Amino acid sequence: MASIVLNSVDKIYAGGVKAVNGLNLEIRDGEFMVLVGPSGCGKSTALRMIAGLEDISGGEILIGEKVVNHLPPKDRDIAMVFQNYALYPHMTVEENLAFGLKLRKMPKAEISKRVGEAARMLGLEQYLKRKPAALSGGQRQRVAMGRAIVREPQAFLMDEPLSNLDAKLRVSMRASLNTMHERLGVTTVYVTHDQVEAMTLGDRVCVLRDGLLQQVDTPQNLFDNPVNLFVAGFMGSPSMNFVNAELVRGDGGAAVAFAGYKLPVPDATFAEKPGLDQFIGRQVILGIRPSDFEDSVAANGHAGGWVRLPVRAEVTEELGSEINVLFLIDAPPVQHQDTVAAADTGDDEDATLPLVGDKSLWTARVNSRSHVRPGQNIELVVDTHNLHFFDPTSGLSIGHAGARV
Amino acid sequence: MTTVPSTVTVVRPGAAGAARRVRRSLTSRTASAVAIVIAVLWTTPTFGLFLSSLRPEDQIKGTGWWTFFSAPELTLENYREVLFSTSSSSGQMAGFLINSIVITVPSVLFPLAFAAFAAYALAWVPFRGRNWVYIGIFALQVVPLQMALVPLLSFFSEGVSVFGVQITPAWELEGPARFAQVWFAHTCFALPLGVFLLHNFMSELPGELMEAARVDGATHGVIFRRLVLPLVVPALATFGIFQFLWVWNDLLVGLIFAGGTSETAPMTVRLAQMAGTKGNEWQRLTAGAFVSVTVPLIVFLSMQRYFVRGLLAGSVKG
Repeated sequence: MASIVLNSVDKIYAGGVKAVNGLNLEIRDGEFMVLVGPSGCGKSTALRMIAGLEDISGGEILIGEKVVNHLPPKDRDIAMVFQNYALYPHMTVEENLAFGLKLRKMPKAEISKRVGEAARMLGLEQYLKRKPAALSGGQRQRVAMGRAIVREPQAFLMDEPLSNLDAKLRVSMRASLNTMHERLGVTTVYVTHDQVEAMTLGDRVCVLRDGLLQQVDTPQNLFDNPVNLFVAGFMGSPSMNFVNAELVRGDGGAAVAFAGYKLPVPDATFAEKPGLDQFIGRQVILGIRPSDFEDSVAANGHAGGWVRLPVRAEVTEELGSEINVLFLIDAPPVQHQDTVAAADTGDDEDATLPLVGDKSLWTARVNSRSHVRPGQNIELVVDTHNLHFFDPTSGLSIGHAGARV
Repeated sequence: MTTVPSTVTVVRPGAAGAARRVRRSLTSRTASAVAIVIAVLWTTPTFGLFLSSLRPEDQIKGTGWWTFFSAPELTLENYREVLFSTSSSSGQMAGFLINSIVITVPSVLFPLAFAAFAAYALAWVPFRGRNWVYIGIFALQVVPLQMALVPLLSFFSEGVSVFGVQITPAWELEGPARFAQVWFAHTCFALPLGVFLLHNFMSELPGELMEAARVDGATHGVIFRRLVLPLVVPALATFGIFQFLWVWNDLLVGLIFAGGTSETAPMTVRLAQMAGTKGNEWQRLTAGAFVSVTVPLIVFLSMQRYFVRGLLAGSVKG
């Protein structure tokens, strides 16, 4: 086990495309770090540079305090799990698992001990004599995982290992990945484009965009305190609602006004976000998480101090325990480059509704007791303590410690 | 509760349907009937040749092989005479058969080995100018064999000299050592096609396999031997069989570089002589021809099982 450090690492492809741009990242010993971002953000390239499968154009990479820039993959003591599993098709499961150990001239007894342990751990014992072609997708995935485990490397590198599994299997594999990491405690770098996977798996999550590091933090912090519009829009499903709003100070204290609504901003928010008071009387981009809404009927008493917001439900998505209510607000959609980039790869479930005029589509996640039907008028309450404010010019979160202009 | 976005899978619409349609039309009753007719048509002449080679001399010259069914009379005399008789008028094919084998086996194995190494390097070892080397080798396929005969002959007999400076010496081979010239020539002529075929096959292998092996600790040598070679066996078998048939049936290269003597000449040379000078001695020609047919048949049937499809199935998804 070891830490992995990336010091202003660059990757420039022939033709001048900068896939990774000055990436600084420290992955602590035993940490589960997820690299997440839309496709083409450089996350896979970064992982492949750590693995040694891609040359490093600039900067340095350290594994366990040793600079590995010019070491071939086999000398970096890492194991990798590929998106397509990359099992050796002509070898049995057992041979697949043992291949890397045999190449390292390990004694036979030790090899069979490790292979046996890994197979037991992954429930592959009865498949050891089979070839990959005779396995199901989930079993192949476990073999790929086992091939990494038997090596007992300093770090696991995983390149979207779950993306070829069906939704249900992915959820259960996610859980077993978590337990596996608990048990082995090996430093893991995990690449995915799926923010749900990133949130559920990572000790910390690193959000990348166009080769640039956006924010590294724990999943909860990323969700609660996104550093900019991109991270705010990318993390969380359904994604955050944005609107151009104006911050005003009236008789009853500060408020944010948009689309005919006026939400009071609690004083605590100003205390939390230094610099927000300078935006009074100016335009900001307001962000509200769908989960910070609730149906006033279903909330019934629990929403003391929450602000009411009457809307008309256009579409409802019933998820069993919750309902996503899609409604229109009378303001043009925010066309900031960051929100557009984040929405590109986010869930496109709300992109299907044709927008009429200058209206933007918002999502509220309410309790299923709400029983709201499409076309009904519904009164939503908003938790104003969790409003997000962004600078419309830079797209940075106002008052965020990590947001440097 | 989370929503999990469905995976984006690349689906070629109609591809599966087309494959199924082809499979269905190839397994229909009509298709089987057509296949049987083709098989019979192809086999009949071979069978005729085989029967003729077993009939006594006087019958072969007087009647067609199908009369065997009304008056069955078989003899191994033709084979005995063609293969083992020492008289100069008979075939003496046994010696030439051995020559043919001595010529063919290395002429198949050398190109196979060299082409496999070259194809791996061109497909999976990144180096500067790799594509140009590949294009150059590919382009060599259009050079007619006949054009290279004289330069090759002078390469063997005089060596290569540039402006009077001798670069490679003359080979000056005599007797059985001339087999080496034939091996060399056949290897040269086979390499462009071999490299091309194997390169195409190897470059189709998923790159993630090589990367997984590299992370597992494999060098190029290990990847080539343990991973690539086992996976391209069908291509090796295909190329091996083509090369075998070509060398076995070759007359020109064998005659020119091995000479026409019984010491080194392949069977094709002897067959041509028998056809030319003993055109009236069918009984020997049929037996000799059938002997030369047997070996490719054996090779083909024994290699057949390597033409297995789907060897890659299960390695990577999609």
